[in-house]
Amino acid sequence: MSIESAKAQNLISESPEGSSLWRDAWIRLRANRLATFSLFFFIFISILTIIGPEIISISYESQDLDNTFTPPGSSHLFGTDNLGRDLFARVLHGGRISLAVGFLATAVSLVIGVAYGMTSGYLGGKPDALMMRIVDILYSLPFTIFVILLMVLFGRNFVLLFIAIGAVEWLTMARITRGQTLGLKQAEFIEAARALGYSHSRILFRHILPNLIGPVIVYATLTVPAVMLLEAVLSFLGLGVQAPMSSWGSLIKEGSEKMDIAPWLIFFPGLFFSLTLLALNFLGDGLRDALDPKSAKD
Amino acid sequence: MLLLANRISLGTFHVIKSFLPWIKSNGNSCNYVLIGACLVLFSSCSAPSNVEKAVDEQILHFGLGSEPQYLDPHLANSVSAHNVIIALIEGLVSEDPKTLKPVPGVAEKWDISEDGLVYTFHLRKNAKWSNGDPVTSHDFVYSYRRILNPELASQYASMLHGLKNARKYHEQGLSWEDAKVGAIALDNHTLQLTLENPTPYFLELLNHYSWFPAHPSTIEKFGAFGKQGTAWTRPGNYVGNGAFILSDHKVNSVIEVKKNPLYWDAQTVTLEGIRFYPIESADTEERAFRSGFLHLTQTVSPDRIDFLKANNPDLIHFESYLGTYFYRFNVEEPPFDDVRVRLAFNLATDRQAIVEKVTKGGQLPARCFTPPGTGGFSPESRFRFDPQKAKALIKEYLDEKGLKSLPKIELKYNTSEGHKKVAEALQGMWKSHLGAEIQLLNMEWKVFLSTIAKRDFALARAGWIGDYVDANTFLHMWRTGDGHNNTGWSDARYDELLELAAQESDTQKRFSYFEECEKLIAENAPILPIYFYVHVTLRSPTVKGWYPTLLDHHPYKYVRLESIAGNN
Amino acid sequence: MVKFILVRILQAIPTLFVIATLTFFMTRLAPGGPFDSEKNIPDEIKEKLEAHFGLDKPLHEQFILYIGNLLQGDLGPSFKYMGWEVSELIAKAFPVSAQLGMLSLFTALLIGLPAGIIAALRKNSAYDYFLMISAMFGICLPTFVLGPLLILIFSSWLGWLHPLGWYTFSDMILPSLTLGLFYGAYIARLTRAGMLETLNQDYIRTARAKGASPLRVVLRHALKGGLLPVVTFLGPAFAGLISGSFIIESIFFIPGLGRFFVTAAFNRDYTMVLGTVLFYACLIIILNLVVDIIQASLDPKSREK
Repeated sequence: MSIESAKAQNLISESPEGSSLWRDAWIRLRANRLATFSLFFFIFISILTIIGPEIISISYESQDLDNTFTPPGSSHLFGTDNLGRDLFARVLHGGRISLAVGFLATAVSLVIGVAYGMTSGYLGGKPDALMMRIVDILYSLPFTIFVILLMVLFGRNFVLLFIAIGAVEWLTMARITRGQTLGLKQAEFIEAARALGYSHSRILFRHILPNLIGPVIVYATLTVPAVMLLEAVLSFLGLGVQAPMSSWGSLIKEGSEKMDIAPWLIFFPGLFFSLTLLALNFLGDGLRDALDPKSAKD
Repeated sequence: MLLLANRISLGTFHVIKSFLPWIKSNGNSCNYVLIGACLVLFSSCSAPSNVEKAVDEQILHFGLGSEPQYLDPHLANSVSAHNVIIALIEGLVSEDPKTLKPVPGVAEKWDISEDGLVYTFHLRKNAKWSNGDPVTSHDFVYSYRRILNPELASQYASMLHGLKNARKYHEQGLSWEDAKVGAIALDNHTLQLTLENPTPYFLELLNHYSWFPAHPSTIEKFGAFGKQGTAWTRPGNYVGNGAFILSDHKVNSVIEVKKNPLYWDAQTVTLEGIRFYPIESADTEERAFRSGFLHLTQTVSPDRIDFLKANNPDLIHFESYLGTYFYRFNVEEPPFDDVRVRLAFNLATDRQAIVEKVTKGGQLPARCFTPPGTGGFSPESRFRFDPQKAKALIKEYLDEKGLKSLPKIELKYNTSEGHKKVAEALQGMWKSHLGAEIQLLNMEWKVFLSTIAKRDFALARAGWIGDYVDANTFLHMWRTGDGHNNTGWSDARYDELLELAAQESDTQKRFSYFEECEKLIAENAPILPIYFYVHVTLRSPTVKGWYPTLLDHHPYKYVRLESIAGNN
Repeated sequence: MVKFILVRILQAIPTLFVIATLTFFMTRLAPGGPFDSEKNIPDEIKEKLEAHFGLDKPLHEQFILYIGNLLQGDLGPSFKYMGWEVSELIAKAFPVSAQLGMLSLFTALLIGLPAGIIAALRKNSAYDYFLMISAMFGICLPTFVLGPLLILIFSSWLGWLHPLGWYTFSDMILPSLTLGLFYGAYIARLTRAGMLETLNQDYIRTARAKGASPLRVVLRHALKGGLLPVVTFLGPAFAGLISGSFIIESIFFIPGLGRFFVTAAFNRDYTMVLGTVLFYACLIIILNLVVDIIQASLDPKSREK
């Protein structure tokens, strides 16, 4: 090798790792202070609710009928509720449930939506038109109504809750995925892959799916709070999680009824709920900005 | 202070109003908007509350709790229906507002035969329906015939099975004439009722809406003799003989009744009208009460009782209510098929703690099934709290069966904050005293009812309110095969005792039969009594003539609204 | 345009059929029926009742009967509210929900649009952050917290307004405000986002460069673009307002369609459930159509679809 070509080789090998979309996105996200803060806050809350109930000594369900409605203090950090249960423990436990519902339901809607949308977009033509027609029809369903109907009629199954909510949210995911897939289908690298004789599934999973992840993540981050709100609405009707378990939604509902006599009962769950939702929303916004180079900056 | 502000604003409102014609001729549209806005603002600031206005208007604002399914007395099946119907219709007898003892209603006097089987009612001549027709004894016979008509499928028809041969007509398909049902109109104003058995509480029974009359030509006009869901119960169509007439019915919003000038006792009636609001949420109801929108609430959320007791002791009322709150066992399902387990659970229940710390409504712990004092009958206290004995019984059971611990047990109840609290408390008690793992399962009302009817439970919450003030209304439930039993428990001696009591006219003898019934219940424990109901309610001090009664019946004709001296 | 509308209406028919079938079988297959009661009725009586309402026939027969009646505009009698027809109950309840929905939307636009516009114009300033954080809180606070809170302030403490009911005009203020704040928050954020996107476009820069006043730029050019996401949101928002109004209706005791639906579901009032669901579905279809038409007129690009 001549020195020139060696130098050239070095230059090439020393140049920064072909900046992938992810790297760029991560850098942009870091720059967005609000989004980064939200991310860490969210991770913090998640850890707190997952590990918290294990390490603190008080159980979320042990009643103390002599000490109902005690304000926050040394023995009970957040006070106690109408049966003397410790609110701090219940908020942590509630967080587990709320986040679990949020994530699992979103995951359900994600899986269904992405699979459906990707297939529809990839197939194109008549099958695509039909599948989207079905989506349009389902879009006309008064969804909250259906979720309520499902929960009322078929009982308060925890699993049913996820499925019901997930089934409601997948439509928009499907639409987004399909739109993206349609666009990607035309891209040159896909044509190249077809030319190379790659199977459809390989193309779908290896080439299209990774490029969908961006918008999907953004949408997912914004779906989780919507799901948590929906769960809170169901709790209002008594259709959410069952006693003695609690979710932030059911805690807030119970607290809102006693706002004037025990404001801490709504303050703490409400605080955690709102902050988590805020964090997720900011994070989602930040991710959207980070992953989409075209969106407004400055 | 609020009232003062209201008065000032009202005054200002009137002043502005008087300026209106002047402004109209001189102002431009801008002024209109401004005035309009001020008026809206002022009118909302100054509007006096319902309770304040009521002293002048004499309109009672009543929290009904739920929208009644029927306003038809022969089909009604709920407390909310009862509360509206008694304003619209009056039966043969009425109730004393303080003691609920039967007093003359449509019937001004009555004779009872020696054997207690024949009642002859003499109807007053000036009793009228709201359309002017006189109330006759034929109307009553028609009404009994209607409710017992199997085509109508009335849920409370069995209340009239006390009439001689009523069952033959209702259940065995004979015609009214062939069955010779014991209800005969001797003439237009004399009604003779013959009973199957001497029933000491028969006159009290007559105060149940199933015995109320309905206006025959209205029923016929709408074809409602054997048909449900007709329009005869709508305002404008409804004809009743009570102190009020139905003037408006907006479903889920308000039911309004106005004073009936044709009522025979109209001069006693002070109220000009009543507005019933079917508010289901206890919190919304309380908010309504506190802002002076309602005079009375149907219920009070248990968590707020302490606060209200401390801050508004003159507004919150605790009234004994003829009802028992209990749990049912399914005696055909393990582990409750063994009487020792049922007794153990009963012994491990600290009823005193429940009423003191959980329900907090001043309820009485239930140490028997029939509330003490029901029609003079007070059973012995047999259900006790003895955790040691409970543990011993369970140990005995487990050893015999070769088990380490009790199987997981599901406790089913219908969704409600109050039921949840009690269930959770008991769950805790049974865990600590018996090591029992109880799983709570709440379900909404309809599902719960069908679960009970199918006996698809091991342990389920229950409540029973007496229909009349006699122990029979409670004890009949545990008869073999009774529609309300649903535990699977059956005891021949128990059934025999109830039969004997039904035919016995001597009170003491009857009570001794009842006492033995209670003893059998305590020994076999097909149920777990928890407490006797107390009706907790909020009531404005401006409501007078309203007295606590065991059945929570309040005849409206004695109610009046008066301002309390020196209110702010 | 006419063809567009016709096609959508034709599409609506199979949609409604599917919805009717789904709801019908869901409610029937669930446990519990309208005539289950605590005062245990003997079986023969219950059977008579059910026969009277045609509930004893095999399911598919009932379904066909129902569809037949439906096509003639007969939604059947309510089982919970005896003596009333479903159609007349809906006819009385829907205007209430619609009033609530429209007032709330109006309030939401009144609060949200200016907030969003100001935030966009003063991007990254204190105004922007304040408005956007408030909007965030508006989104994260459930209505069943905001409602009682407003009642506490304006009714219990200040005594200005009734805590419930829908009897006078002043009764409409708090419920509309509650929903208005909640949706206004969404609208604020959407308007801001839409305006920002539009403000960055070249044609705005051109207008500015040409010397157009900022206000004129905003109102004439940017607003259209800013409104677009709001309009897209409005369709589902209005539908959500109406079909999700039961929380507000329950808290404020408003006799709207939402409360009827929830009560019907809990009481297994089959006909009422079906009637309400179908009604809502029609409403959503119509609203989506209207939104699409508005969208098409605002944004020519979407017309191509």
